[in-house]
Amino acid sequence: MAAKPKLHYFNGRGRMESIRWLLAAAGVEFEEQLIESPKDLEKLKNDGLLMFQQVPMVEIDGMKLVQSRAILNYIAFKYNLYGKDMKERALIDMYTEGVADLNELIMHFPMCPPGEKDAKLTQIKERATNRYLPAFEKVLKSHGQDYLVGNKLSRADVHVVEVLYYVEELDSSLTANFPLLKALKARVSDLPTVKKFLQPGSQRKPPLDEKALAEARKVFKF
Amino acid sequence: MAAKPKLYYFRGRGRMESIRWLLAAAGVEFDEVFLEKKEQFEKLEKDGRLLFGQVPLVEMDGMMLTQTRAILSYLAAKYNLYGKDLKERVRIDMYVDGTMDLMMMIMLTPFKPPEEKEENLALIVKKAKARYLPVFEKILKDHGEDFLVGNKFSWADVQLIEAILMMEEINASILSDFPLLKAFKTRISSIPTIKKFLQPGSQRKQPPDQHYVDTVKHVLQL
Repeated sequence: MAAKPKLHYFNGRGRMESIRWLLAAAGVEFEEQLIESPKDLEKLKNDGLLMFQQVPMVEIDGMKLVQSRAILNYIAFKYNLYGKDMKERALIDMYTEGVADLNELIMHFPMCPPGEKDAKLTQIKERATNRYLPAFEKVLKSHGQDYLVGNKLSRADVHVVEVLYYVEELDSSLTANFPLLKALKARVSDLPTVKKFLQPGSQRKPPLDEKALAEARKVFKF
Repeated sequence: MAAKPKLYYFRGRGRMESIRWLLAAAGVEFDEVFLEKKEQFEKLEKDGRLLFGQVPLVEMDGMMLTQTRAILSYLAAKYNLYGKDLKERVRIDMYVDGTMDLMMMIMLTPFKPPEEKEENLALIVKKAKARYLPVFEKILKDHGEDFLVGNKFSWADVQLIEAILMMEEINASILSDFPLLKAFKTRISSIPTIKKFLQPGSQRKQPPDQHYVDTVKHVLQL
């Protein structure tokens, strides 16, 4: 029996969370090696396990994969969450990249200097409600199907639903005008694998609080 | 006969240049629409051709593709530059993502305050020599083959040579400690499609100058 994938990252969402979501949605059990001190990260580097000296790193199928996109692409293919052909993949990739751009803004928000926080939050809300959420709502409206691409669950649905949770964490009213997205979120959240992942005690990570941010700063030296 | 791909972007490198390189490497002719006035951009938005209100936009095979990586992945798959199986594909993804992290630093430099330019360029050179170039030198050394993945020309090779040439524009002797990369550069440059693209009069764009920066800011109303 194949070993479970092993995820190397710090105890927080960051760039590993979308990988956790995708594995969970695919029903794949995984282990986590949490990086808790600068020494842990140094060891990974010195052992030559990080191609570009960075995490996320996922050990899977005899490989040590780095670069979150490469890892997500591999998982999506392996577990049939990447559409049925090249054209569906192109759409999935477009939607995925849009989510990644929004997620990047949200991810960096906790690290914003206090004086800039208000402006940054306004920017995130504006981008979510004027650029990203309308785009996905429009896609769902255009074909009236249950999922974003090819009338079948794909990684695009998982990534969009994940970011909807983050948007609602910032301000629960932001999704109010997007009924089809709300329905997608409910539908995907109800899938047995995702439902399980959303329950307390799963490997899903909470938002970054002050303590976790301080730890991350220590380990990653920023 | 299928229409040629049509590229919508500014008359400069930016995020479209890697797409031009990959099309050129694959021997695919393409047309370009250059954005010089904000009204052109506004029209693209109003016509609903920009999923997230952004360029690059590539119209091909009946699709309006945006998001650089989505476009590049589609081209790589379509023109057989994405390896022979999933394991080769993930290696190509890892190498490309690492290369693009480095190239992003270069791409953003003209848009940062001019007084930070020296410092930014020094950091880019440092990262290239310490983190990125050694990885690719080692890959070539370990398998002794002509190309990065699977002993066959792929997207990873195109991305790397583009990055190498950009790096040499910043620091002409950047490859001085990397003999295999020097040989790689010579070898890839002499592939007929690449050689053609490297000649004057091709659709390859010049390094960004002030006019380019001003045009981008005007069109996007930054």
